[in-house]
Amino acid sequence: MQHIRAHVLVCAGTGCKSAGSKEVELAFQREIKAQGLADEVMVVETGCHGFCEYGPLVIVYPEGTFYSRVTAEDVPEIVESHLLKGRMVERLLYHEPMTHEMIPKYSDINFYKKQHRLVLAHCGTINPEQIEEYIAVGGYEGLGKALTLMTPEEVVEEVKKSGLRGRGGGGFPTGLKWSFAKQSVNDKKYVICNADEGDPGAFMDRSVLEGDPHKILEGMAICGYAIGADEGYIYVRAEYPLAIKRLRVAIEQAEAMGFLGENIFSSGFNFQIHIKEGAGAFVCGEETALMASIEGKRGMPRPRPPFPAVSGLWGKPTNINNVETFANVPQIIVNGADWYCQFGTEKSKGTKVFALTGKINNTGLAEVPMGITMREIIYDIGGGINNGKKFKAVQIGGPSGGCLPEELLDLPIDYDSLTAVGAMMGSGGLVVMDEDTCMVDVAKFFLNFTQSESCGKCTPCREGTKRMLEILTRITEGQGREGDIELLENMAKNIKETALCGLGQTAPNPVLSTLKYFRNEYEAHIKEKRCPAGVCEKMAVYTITDKCKGCGLCAKTCPVKAISGTLKQQHVIDQAICIKCGACMSVCPFKAITKG
Amino acid sequence: MKTLEDLKALREKLKGDIKVRQKQGTKIIIGMGTCCIAAGAREVMSAVLDELAVRKLNDVQVQQTGCIGMCEKEVLLDVIRPDEPRITYGNVKPADVKRIIADHVVNGRIIEDLVVGKIEQEG
Ligand SMILES: Cc1cc2nc3c(=O)[nH]c(=O)nc-3n(C[C@H](O)[C@H](O)[C@H](O)COP(=O)(O)O)c2cc1C
Ligand code: FES
Repeated sequence: MQHIRAHVLVCAGTGCKSAGSKEVELAFQREIKAQGLADEVMVVETGCHGFCEYGPLVIVYPEGTFYSRVTAEDVPEIVESHLLKGRMVERLLYHEPMTHEMIPKYSDINFYKKQHRLVLAHCGTINPEQIEEYIAVGGYEGLGKALTLMTPEEVVEEVKKSGLRGRGGGGFPTGLKWSFAKQSVNDKKYVICNADEGDPGAFMDRSVLEGDPHKILEGMAICGYAIGADEGYIYVRAEYPLAIKRLRVAIEQAEAMGFLGENIFSSGFNFQIHIKEGAGAFVCGEETALMASIEGKRGMPRPRPPFPAVSGLWGKPTNINNVETFANVPQIIVNGADWYCQFGTEKSKGTKVFALTGKINNTGLAEVPMGITMREIIYDIGGGINNGKKFKAVQIGGPSGGCLPEELLDLPIDYDSLTAVGAMMGSGGLVVMDEDTCMVDVAKFFLNFTQSESCGKCTPCREGTKRMLEILTRITEGQGREGDIELLENMAKNIKETALCGLGQTAPNPVLSTLKYFRNEYEAHIKEKRCPAGVCEKMAVYTITDKCKGCGLCAKTCPVKAISGTLKQQHVIDQAICIKCGACMSVCPFKAITKG
Repeated sequence: MKTLEDLKALREKLKGDIKVRQKQGTKIIIGMGTCCIAAGAREVMSAVLDELAVRKLNDVQVQQTGCIGMCEKEVLLDVIRPDEPRITYGNVKPADVKRIIADHVVNGRIIEDLVVGKIEQEG
C-alpha cells in the first residue's frame, strides 16, 4: 500500500454531469492507470460546487488547483503535466471575469473567497455516496451528541437559542416550531423534509441533497428525537433523479451503520426515513398541500389552523422543515448555539444560500452570512453585471418575492429587512437584471408563473391573479388605461389579505414592488404608450433612418404592406398598419431600421 | 453504531483518508522535470509514498515541482515543516528516503550531509 498523495475531485453534480463530467472521470481513471499512478492518486466523485456554469469542474489536491470546463480530451494533459510532473495546466485554470487574472487555487477565487460555507461546507469536497467520508468530516456526531448527552428538551432549547429560522421561505423560528410539535401529545408523530424546491432557478436544496445527503438525514433524525417522532419523509421532486438516487444510497448506508433504524446509539430511539417523489406542482411545496400529496390526495392547500404541529400528516402531529433548515441542525448541536449565533444579524442568525442568476458574470450558489449587502453578493461574489451593462434591479425571493432597485443595494439583507422593503428572503433566488430589462414585463413574467401554478381552490388567487395578469398584459401591449395602476394596487392588497395560502398571499409582491420602485415605467407604458427599455414588442416603434438606400427589400418583406417609398429613396413605415413583427429590421442590409 | 465514542474512534480512523484535501502539516516536494525523472525521481517518489504509508503519516503532503535548474544534483527533494525553513536535499536515492522521513519529517533533525540548499520561511 502506498500513501495516496493526490486526490482528483471530479464534480458529479447535475450541472457538471450534463456537461460531461462522467466521461472526464472515466478518462482520469484510465489515464492514471496508464501512467502507473493508480496507487498514489485517487479519483473522487463529489457533489455540486455551486459553480456549474464553469463545469465540468475538477479540483486537484493537495494543491487545491481548480480546473474549469474540463473535457475528456484535456485529461491526458492534466495527468501527465500536473499529476506526474507537478506543473499546472494553465489554459484550464479559471480567470476572474472582471480582471482576467488567472487564479490557480480553488480557495482564492473571488466567487468562493467571500462566501461563508456552513451548509455547503462539504458540497464538492466529499464523496456523497460514501458515508465514510461524511463520518471523516465529523458526520453524525450531532446525532450522537443529541442522543447520548442531551434530553429532547435540551435539543429543542439549543435550536431555539441558535436563532435558526426556516429557510423554506417563511423564516419561522425553527426551535419554536419544534417545541409546538413536541408539546402535541400523540404516540405517532412525523418529521417531513420539504425538498420540493419549486422556485424557478433555485437549486440550493438540490445541491445539498446531491452533495451532502447524510447531513439532511442527520438533521431529520435529530428533529425526530427532539419532538418524539420515529418516522420521517423527504418530499423531493421527481425532476431531481440524482438527488433521489443519492438519498437512497445514503439511507441504505445510514441504516447499515445504525444511524437510522432501531435503538440508535443505544439510546432506545428509533427513526426511519422514506422518500416520497413529488410530481412537481409549485403549490405542492406549500406544507399542507405537500402533506395531502404524501397521503396520496390531490396537492391542494387547506386553511391553517390546525397547524401541522397539531394535526399534520395523516392527522398526526408533524414537523416540517426545509432542506437547508435541516442542514443547519447538526452543526448547531455539535458546536452549540453560541457558536452559531456569531454568524448573521440580530434577528436572522447563520448563513443563507442564494442562487445567483440573471445578467451577472458568475452565476451559481453563494452561501453568505445574513446581513451581507446585495452589493457584496452581486459585485464581489457575482463578479458584476454582464457585458459591462448597468445594474437595474434584483428580484429576490423567487416568484413571490420583490424587485429591489439600485438605491437598496447597500441594504444589509436578512428576513426582516427584506420584508420591510417589500421583498422577501423566500428560498433565496436572486435574479439580477440590467438596464435592458422592462420592469412591467418582469412583473408580468412572475405573475404569469404564480397565476398558472395557482391550484384554483380559493377565488382571490384563482380569479384575482388572472385579472391582474390581464391588466399587466394590456399595459405591455400599449392598451393600458388611466386608473390601471390604482386598480392593480387595490387588487393586490385584497388578494394578499384574502387568499387561502402563501401562494396567493405573496403572488402580488412582484407587481407591488415594481410599482413602488419603478412606477415611472408603468406610467410611460400607460400614458405615453412607450416601453422605456424597448422590451415590450407590441409597443415598439420601428422607424427607417436616413441610412436607407431605398432598396425596397423591407417593403417587399412586410407582411402587412405597411412600408412605402420610391426606389433609391428613404422609405417610411405607416405606424397605423405596422404589426411590430420586426421582419423589416432583420432583412435590411444597411441596418437602417431602428426599434424604440 | 453503539456509542458516541465508537463514532469518534471511527472518525479518527477515517480522517486520514481525506487529509490530502485539507490543510496539512509537513510538505515534501520532489523535482519532477523530465531530467529529474530520468535521474530517478519517480523511484524516489515511490519510496516516499511507501514510507509514508508504512508510518501512517497521512498528514504529510507530497507535491511535485518542475526542473529548477540544479540538474547535476538531481534527484532533488525538499522538506518544509510548518514554520521551519525549506530544506533542499540533493542526489537523493530511494535508499535515503527512510532516513529523511525518520530524522527530518518526523523528528525535525536536518540531515546535513544531503543538504544542498536552505530557504528561510517561504510562503
Ligand atoms: C406556494 C408555496 C410554495 C412553497 N414551496 C416551498 C418549497 O419548494 N420548499 C420549501 O422548503 N418550502 C416551501 N414553501 C414553504 C412551506 O410551506 C413551509 O413553510 C416550509 O417548508 C417550512 O419549512 P421551514 O420552516 O424550514 O422554512 C412553500 C410555500 C408556499 C405557500
Ligand atoms: S454540478 Fe458541478 S458545480 Fe454544480
